[in-house]
Amino acid sequence: MGTIYILWLRQLKRYVRSRSRIIGSLGQPLLFLVALGFGLGPIYEKAGGGNYLQFLTPGVISMGVLFTAMFSGMEIIWDRQFGFLKETLVAPVPRWHIMLGRTVGGATVATAQGLIIFAMALIAGFRPESVVMLPFALGIIFLVALLFTALGTAVASVLQDFQGFQLIMNLLVMPLFFLSGAFFPLGDLPFVMAAITRINPLSYGVDALRGTLVMNSSHFGLGLDLSVLSIAMVLCLLLGTYLFSRIEA
Amino acid sequence: MNTNAIITVKNLTKKFDDFVAVDTISFDVNQGEIFAFLGPNGAGKTTTIKILTTLLHPTSGTVRINGFDPEHQKGDVRKSFGIVFQDPSLDDELTAWENLELHGVLYAVPKQLRRERMKQLLEIVGLMDRKDDFVKKFSGGMRRRLEIARGLLHHPKILFLDEPTIGLDPQTRNHLWSYVEDLNKKEGITVFLTTHYMEEANKVADRIAVIDHGHIVAVGSSAELLEQTRTQTLEDAFLALTGNTIRDEAATSVDQLRVFARGWQKRR
Ligand SMILES: Nc1ncnc2c1ncn2[C@@H]1O[C@H](COP(=O)(O)OP(=O)(O)OP(=O)(O)O)[C@@H](O)[C@H]1O
Ligand SMILES: [Mg+2]
Repeated sequence: MGTIYILWLRQLKRYVRSRSRIIGSLGQPLLFLVALGFGLGPIYEKAGGGNYLQFLTPGVISMGVLFTAMFSGMEIIWDRQFGFLKETLVAPVPRWHIMLGRTVGGATVATAQGLIIFAMALIAGFRPESVVMLPFALGIIFLVALLFTALGTAVASVLQDFQGFQLIMNLLVMPLFFLSGAFFPLGDLPFVMAAITRINPLSYGVDALRGTLVMNSSHFGLGLDLSVLSIAMVLCLLLGTYLFSRIEA
Repeated sequence: MNTNAIITVKNLTKKFDDFVAVDTISFDVNQGEIFAFLGPNGAGKTTTIKILTTLLHPTSGTVRINGFDPEHQKGDVRKSFGIVFQDPSLDDELTAWENLELHGVLYAVPKQLRRERMKQLLEIVGLMDRKDDFVKKFSGGMRRRLEIARGLLHHPKILFLDEPTIGLDPQTRNHLWSYVEDLNKKEGITVFLTTHYMEEANKVADRIAVIDHGHIVAVGSSAELLEQTRTQTLEDAFLALTGNTIRDEAATSVDQLRVFARGWQKRR
């Protein structure tokens, strides 16, 4: 327990202390909220979609959570480069405790990031439709955060350096994000797109968050969303634990 | 079979692709002994330590640490040792105090004892007044001192020190060695160290293994090594054994010239 707690705490401290990182990583979601929310909003409304900011906000929150979570998980690459990873790898504690502490810590950070974006969206004019559902929204954000931090950990466990990081960002994270329904409704998609969005776990995260923040807007239904997210989360945790326990230094 | 051995290595080999970094080496380290690995850069010292400490898989050979196999009983092996790495291994974004605290928790040192030792060790390495500074603000030598303090925070059965004194000033070096010798005597901790400094190996180690190109070329106390090679100083013994000068990172250009001249005279 001590191990998990102290590594969780470490992730939090690193996050709170890196102000430039927090501010930097809020720029992008803010840009999306403003540029798309206000830029595409009028067209979206004319097309009969309703208020685009209401539709977009859960997507932008998910995006922030995805990026922060993947990044937190992949911090292993930094720790390897700067040497700190070795210190934890030889410690007389099960590796899965280390993996879990890091991952829950990273997920907490990603959740915090999601909440900040939520607050920014409120300022921009977003209005959640049910206060009762807000705790559920928080739970979903944490679930998504955990899923992708574990995925980041898994991926980073087999990468050696920063080049690999760039590769994963471009070939995994960006597609996950753009092909998730964060920006567009999942109904009436061409067959191939529909298929891709269906195998993308982030789609279910966005959909679940939308379903809890905006009434009657879920495409898959909360039951399916939560099932897929939970299963994917457990699989990623197991994969991450396995790959992390095999790291050599 | 040496029954008093706490580390046993038999025919250990490590290959990186085709390159043989450690070539069928065998040695024992006795319980309570201070044992030194002495060898030039790239000899295979760190690679050996990484295998003994579960960080690398050996290509072949058997290893026992405190009776356990680092390949299959990683947990038991990790409970048996502490280590100061050759390369940096601190978290820059944490303070000195936080780095020690994290280590103490990972190694389950009880809180009160942990705090006591943290203060004591920070005094010893002269960092008490900087304990709340971020490590990223530390000089190279200060980081090194903190890493050593951290390595000594829990008292394991075996302590691995991979070139611990690199970049340290002479006073700190002396402090470190007297502290380590004290631990060794009082708590019976076995110490496995690597170094480039022959006078250091000579002073602190009970036995020295000279390693070169992945081979152990001699093992014994410094007196035995001198006898074997019929030389007067450990440096000459080392030259006789490896035909190599130690590429000491701190050697001055005058030293290098001196060593070069000696090698040259010998060749003639
Ligand atoms: N991960 C690796 N991949 C390939 N070669 C490696 C790797 N690690 C070490 N080597 C090689 O193995 C040899 C032994 O390296 P090692 O780090 O064990 O030397 P060392 O005795 O510790 O030297 P130094 O005194 O410089 O620390 C070197 O030639 C090195 O280049
Ligand atoms: Mg080395």
